[in-house]
Amino acid sequence: MNPTDIIDRDSLRDDIPEFRPGDTVKVHVRVVEGNRERIQVFQGAVVRRQGTGARETFTVRKVSFGVGVERTFPVHSPIIAKTEVVSYGDVRRAKLYYLRDRHGKAAKIKERRTARA
Amino acid sequence: MATKAIVGEKVGMTQIWDEEHRAIPVTVVRVAPVRVVQVKTVEHEGYDAVQVTFGHRRPAALTQPERGHFAKAGVEPGRRLVELRLEDAGRFEVGQELTADVLAAGELVDAIAVSKGKGFAGGMKRHNFKGQGASHGNHKKHRAPGSVGACATPARVFKGTRMAGRMGGEQVTTLNLEVVQADPERQLVLVKGAVPGPRGGMVVLRDAVKAPAAKGGRAS
Repeated sequence: MNPTDIIDRDSLRDDIPEFRPGDTVKVHVRVVEGNRERIQVFQGAVVRRQGTGARETFTVRKVSFGVGVERTFPVHSPIIAKTEVVSYGDVRRAKLYYLRDRHGKAAKIKERRTARA
Repeated sequence: MATKAIVGEKVGMTQIWDEEHRAIPVTVVRVAPVRVVQVKTVEHEGYDAVQVTFGHRRPAALTQPERGHFAKAGVEPGRRLVELRLEDAGRFEVGQELTADVLAAGELVDAIAVSKGKGFAGGMKRHNFKGQGASHGNHKKHRAPGSVGACATPARVFKGTRMAGRMGGEQVTTLNLEVVQADPERQLVLVKGAVPGPRGGMVVLRDAVKAPAAKGGRAS
C-alpha cells in the first residue's frame, strides 16, 4: 500500500467493471457544451492500462472513417458517466500497440470464450 | 513575516479531482499536532518566534540539557525542535498544540524543506547550462561547461563562476503554493504542486510571505 492511498481512496470509483487490454469497451463520456451536458459514447478496444490508484489510465482505440483514433481516460475520472464491457478479448500482450500497424481483418482481436476466473 | 506556520512530514504526491473534473496534482503532508516548547518574544529574546516539537522520542535518547528543556515546558519530548519565526509570538502559550486546522483550503503557503541530494552534479544539471553540440566534430565534450573565463587578463577564474559541484541537500523554499485541503481529523494537508525534499522529509508550511495582493496577499 502506498502512503498516499489514504487520499486516493476518496477519489476512487467503485462502479468500474473489470476489464483488461483486448477487451472492447463503451466509455460514456460527459461532454459539456456551454451550460448543456450530454453523453458521448466512445467504443473501441482497450490497448493499454497504465498506472495505479487514482492515477490509473486506460487507452481505447477505434477506427473512425478509416482513421485510427486513440483516447486515453483516467479510470476513475468523474467525466466518465459509465464504462461498459462489450466483449472480452483473447490477447497475449499487455500493450496492444501492434494494432496500430494493422487494419481490416488483421486488426481483429479474438474473443475469449472462457468465463472470467 | 509569517503569521502562522506548521511542521509536517511529506508523504508523497498524487492527484485529486476538482469541481470542474480536472486533475489537480497535490502533495500530501502529514501534520501531526505540534507542541509549543518555548515562546520567544522581542522583549526577552530580541525576536518573535515559537519553538515547537512533534512526534515522539524515547526519554533515554535525550541529552540532559534537552530533558531539562522539555521538562521546564512540561511538554512530551518530540523528534526534534523547530523554530517558527512568527509575527506576534506572544499570543502562543507553552504546551499549546497546533493542528492542521491552522491552515484552510484556498490559502497560499510557502513550503520550506531540505531538497533531495543530487551528489556531484555537472553544469548542465546544476546550473541549466546548455552543453555543447552533439555533432559538428565535437569529441567527448557534449556536456562540458565551455569557457570559464578570458586569457592573460584577468589570468584567473573569477570567484563564484558557476561550475560542477555538490547539488541539492540544501534548504529550499517554494513560494505561493495553494492549500487544496486541510484535514485536522486525518492530520493531513494537501498542497497543490510539488514540495521540496524526499518522502518522509520534514516540511515547514507557513502562510505565504510574498503572495501577490490579487491572491489574498497582504499589502506590505
